[in-house]
Amino acid sequence: MSKFKKKKGGDLPAISTASLPDIVFMLLFFFMVATVMRDSTLMVANTLPAADQVQKLDKKDRVMYIYAGKPSDRYQEKFGTQPKIQLNDKFATVQDVGAFVLAERASKRQELQNVLTTALKVDGETNMGLISDIKQELRKVNALKINYTTRSGDYTQNLK
Amino acid sequence: MAKRSAPEVNAGSMADIAFLLLIFFLVTTTIETDSGLNRKLPPMEDVVDPPIIKERNIFTVVVNKNNDLLVEEKPMEISELREAAIAFLDNGGGKGEDACDFCQGARDSSSSDNPEKAVISLKNDRETDYKVYIAVQNELVAAYNELRNREFARLNPNIGISYVEADRMYSDPRTSTSEKGALKPKLDAVKALFPQKLSEAEPSKTN
Repeated sequence: MSKFKKKKGGDLPAISTASLPDIVFMLLFFFMVATVMRDSTLMVANTLPAADQVQKLDKKDRVMYIYAGKPSDRYQEKFGTQPKIQLNDKFATVQDVGAFVLAERASKRQELQNVLTTALKVDGETNMGLISDIKQELRKVNALKINYTTRSGDYTQNLK
Repeated sequence: MAKRSAPEVNAGSMADIAFLLLIFFLVTTTIETDSGLNRKLPPMEDVVDPPIIKERNIFTVVVNKNNDLLVEEKPMEISELREAAIAFLDNGGGKGEDACDFCQGARDSSSSDNPEKAVISLKNDRETDYKVYIAVQNELVAAYNELRNREFARLNPNIGISYVEADRMYSDPRTSTSEKGALKPKLDAVKALFPQKLSEAEPSKTN
């Protein structure tokens, strides 16, 4: 009887997969951080028109969003089918736009207050009258940099 | 009685399932960056002395409430708009100090003097559809971009990228400061040749 008994079998030890969940979690966290979440729930239809001469929008902290379009199906009973403006999580009238822009501007850091862009996310079916009214309001509060947010695509898609 | 212990569930395949889900989300998510047409609104205060612009230096584009296009008082399809805008901007009909030495247009004396003076005036009705308006804006911006690409290639023959790509690179936060510094004078030179003078008039009322 030898003291140093040889282990039975020479097959390879199984690779430990104990750290696999950690790796998966790491990746999961990365995607959680990197994915942009919609920060306000849309209450209006929002099929953006297509354009191909687009420029990328500035960093997110320099942008304020104004949505407009027909109220979604579940709000139509209450608010009708005429296109409306949505600011944050509420429907708003044209007169509220100025106050909204000023409030947004005040909430940003000092050095960003002059470089803010207003992104107009407007449904393609909206009439220009509403957009012109918004633009007039923006001019009143001196928010002159605007961006007509579009999806990328050929312009002919807009004409159907 | 024989005591039976519950068999342990093999959790070894959990990681595989997690991976499967992860890969699914990895493929389906697009990290969303918004893009669109950047515009600058005119300031509110009224200009006391509006500059006098010659009629031939203004290219009027009107979109009416039926989404029809009227360019220089003639109806037009949107597909022809880009060509027409390029022909107008690149005309270079000016003489003397208004002469345009880089224009390749027809030098028609009834069209614009030079790109610096040429103004595109876009007018819409309150009932115009937003998507048609965007299509028109897109074509007008495309006309400017096409001309700027041409001039950019002429001024920087060996750069290998177009104006639009260079502009995108310039506004990309990942581009280093030295590269940006090298690009800026080139971009500014082209912008000075074809300044984007696109005026959006207040809409006409229908009733």
